[in-house]
Amino acid sequence: MQKTTLPVAGLLIASATLAAAETPGLTIYTYDSFVPDWGPGPAIAAGFEESCGCEVEFVAAGDGASLLSRLLLEGPQSEADIVVGLDTNLIARARESGLIAPHGVEADFDLPIAWDDPDFLPYDWGYFAFVADAGTEAPADFQALAESDLSVVIQDPRSSTPGLGLLMWVKAAHGADAPAIWEGLADNILTVTPGWSEAYGLFLEGEADAVLSYTTSPAYHLIAEEDASKVAWAFDEGHYMQVEVAAMVAGTDTPDLARDFLAYLVSDPAQSVLPTTNWMYPAVTPEAGLPEGFETLIAPERALLFSAEEALSIRDAALEEWRTALSQ
Amino acid sequence: MSLRAPGLTAAAFILVLLFGTLAAVALRAEPGAGLAPADWAALRFTVSQALVSAGLSVALAVPVARALARRSFPGRGLLVTLLGAPFLLPVIVAIVGLLAVFGRNGLLSLVLGWVGLPPVQIYGFHGVVLAHVFFNLPLATRMILQGWLSIPAERFRLAASLGAPIGAILERPMLRQAVPGAFLVIFLICLTSFAVALTLGGGPRATTVELAIYQALRFEFDLGHAARLGLVQVALTAVAAALVWRIAVPDAMGAGLDRVVPRWDGSRGVDAAWIGLAALFLLVPLGAIGVRGAAGLADVPASIWPAALRSVSVALVSTALTMALALALVLRGGRLAFFAGVLPLAASALVVGTGLFIVVRPFVNPTVLALPVTALVNALLALPFAVRVLAPAHERAEAGFGRLADSLALTGTARLRLVLLPRMRRALGFGAGLAAALSMGDLGVIALFAGTGGETLPLAMFRLMGSYRMAAAAGTGLILVALSLALFWAFDRGGRVDARA
Repeated sequence: MQKTTLPVAGLLIASATLAAAETPGLTIYTYDSFVPDWGPGPAIAAGFEESCGCEVEFVAAGDGASLLSRLLLEGPQSEADIVVGLDTNLIARARESGLIAPHGVEADFDLPIAWDDPDFLPYDWGYFAFVADAGTEAPADFQALAESDLSVVIQDPRSSTPGLGLLMWVKAAHGADAPAIWEGLADNILTVTPGWSEAYGLFLEGEADAVLSYTTSPAYHLIAEEDASKVAWAFDEGHYMQVEVAAMVAGTDTPDLARDFLAYLVSDPAQSVLPTTNWMYPAVTPEAGLPEGFETLIAPERALLFSAEEALSIRDAALEEWRTALSQ
Repeated sequence: MSLRAPGLTAAAFILVLLFGTLAAVALRAEPGAGLAPADWAALRFTVSQALVSAGLSVALAVPVARALARRSFPGRGLLVTLLGAPFLLPVIVAIVGLLAVFGRNGLLSLVLGWVGLPPVQIYGFHGVVLAHVFFNLPLATRMILQGWLSIPAERFRLAASLGAPIGAILERPMLRQAVPGAFLVIFLICLTSFAVALTLGGGPRATTVELAIYQALRFEFDLGHAARLGLVQVALTAVAAALVWRIAVPDAMGAGLDRVVPRWDGSRGVDAAWIGLAALFLLVPLGAIGVRGAAGLADVPASIWPAALRSVSVALVSTALTMALALALVLRGGRLAFFAGVLPLAASALVVGTGLFIVVRPFVNPTVLALPVTALVNALLALPFAVRVLAPAHERAEAGFGRLADSLALTGTARLRLVLLPRMRRALGFGAGLAAALSMGDLGVIALFAGTGGETLPLAMFRLMGSYRMAAAAGTGLILVALSLALFWAFDRGGRVDARA
């Protein structure tokens, strides 16, 4: 057996070294949905390679949380020059590790909140929201949802980024009353899935009235499938944000190239790729504006977001409240 | 060369891989100790759902296997092959299939609606058990059917001509040998379940130990906590395995001429009902997967074909490895081989993967090793199934022909080639089929090592789902299921030629 696998591995190593010798390489760790042909990765890499005289290699490592755990596992010897795809819930942990270096890139962000972080550069963002069929009666806030007979699918905050987002959303909107909100929601929550994909799949199968996703999700159905039947519920409390960030790895051997890439990531060509590939709002609105269809999305009046440090400090207690309320 | 010698190497290899990776994770951890109250709750839920799921799967499998063993009808061979399917389905595909029947908009709710009843509520403890029975009933049926087919036809004839009770003298001893093993394997599979339990369990009540490991590794990066939970799983497995080791007794019957004749005992109607119900329970969800998948085939991107090729190659490599290890263990026999053959079931793919990652990283870029490591871990995870299938067949071959072989001084590879392997052919085929198909469907560690490209079919499917492309994912799921079944069928066919369908 080993006889058959080892030469294959050897061959792969050889070809990888060969490629590396010709042009400088930039290794970017990111999450799964960034890299496929229909994701933002290929277009952004191609755009950057036109001017950098380098070769961009993506390493896809599951979702944002696995991305961070891979980086932490590898420590200072990591191959990564850049990470793309952490969010505000993961930033504090990443910063604490000392593996991230300041990026020094300036950009004029169009975020609903002020952003001033020397280490982490936002490239896109969105609001969490419940997504439902247009015909379903929409509750106006968490309280109304709890009092209704509507069923929702959510993700587990212990294994999924959106799940953690919802936990923070309820906490940010209701503070000390969060446990009561969760108890009220308990009978509306059809089930809790390990990740976003399973939950969204269940919703599309018609298992539940709504699913926790993003305000931008209806744009996918509208633009990619020409299906206008999905809407996001606007909640009066405001919506919690997810800000996706990129960062330069401190141990990179090509810091200049890494900075160039980060600058490219928030430049117009890269930003215009994101809305219809990553289905999020670009961090810097492109000159040509947002793609047609995005104007139909709900625009929450209040944007909720804990700072990275707050998010880390309240996470364990919020998780325990969630678990207790839903375990009864 | 003694046939028992390679078994020691195989057992050592497996145990080093299992405990070495666990140790690698633990050594990277910051000091800490103990389990949180939430861990204990997860442990209780994990064990109770696994007990109920395994008990129900095996209890239902006995009548179904008996009916299949003694009836022949058109399509029996196909049905026996399809029995392999649910077990081999990627979790999320299986859940979608189950929901097509038991979900809010499922067939069952539709039928209930016609008579004015509310839709079925699948989410909860019973939903977890239902899904686990769906996955494991076919496996239990196949394992027990294997036992039935191993009772020589001559014995049934003899018993009938003597008017002896078949149940008491032939079937019960066989069941006593086959059932504990089947129960153990299924109990352990359910023990490490995570996505099924969480998705259908309806909330954090349905937290399993495996989910807690996932959380510790991925969200908290608390390697010590993950390693402790991994040890809990291994301990649970060891206890369960020790119990089974005491219960299961080798059967003492002699061998026959490897032929199966149709039987005349038992009620035709009852057998037909068992087969019909089992087929309905298993095939309707499979049909739903087929229909949905077929609709999505047009959306499947071309990039999944190289992924399919990669998956098949990984499956073939890991099957060869599994079968070599399993055969070595089985030929050795004894306690060490038994435990080495069971413990991998307790292995959390995530812990083994993380451990391997830590171990290989100083020497080579893990991305390069994504496929070899996937093949290795898949081989490890499939090993217990192959061992469970091969062990009884080997015992019977030795019991029936061992003395004859001894008297002819047949030892070493000649004994293996001339005496044992031909008698174990059916089991070898079934075991290899299981290993191949399991390796196809397993997401396991590839996600941890994967870089750009190099993705396998399950990973490709998962990535499609992550980008809203549910239809394309369903199509990919169908291709995955079809390829898994084809591999399973190809290997298993060799084993079933004399099952006299």
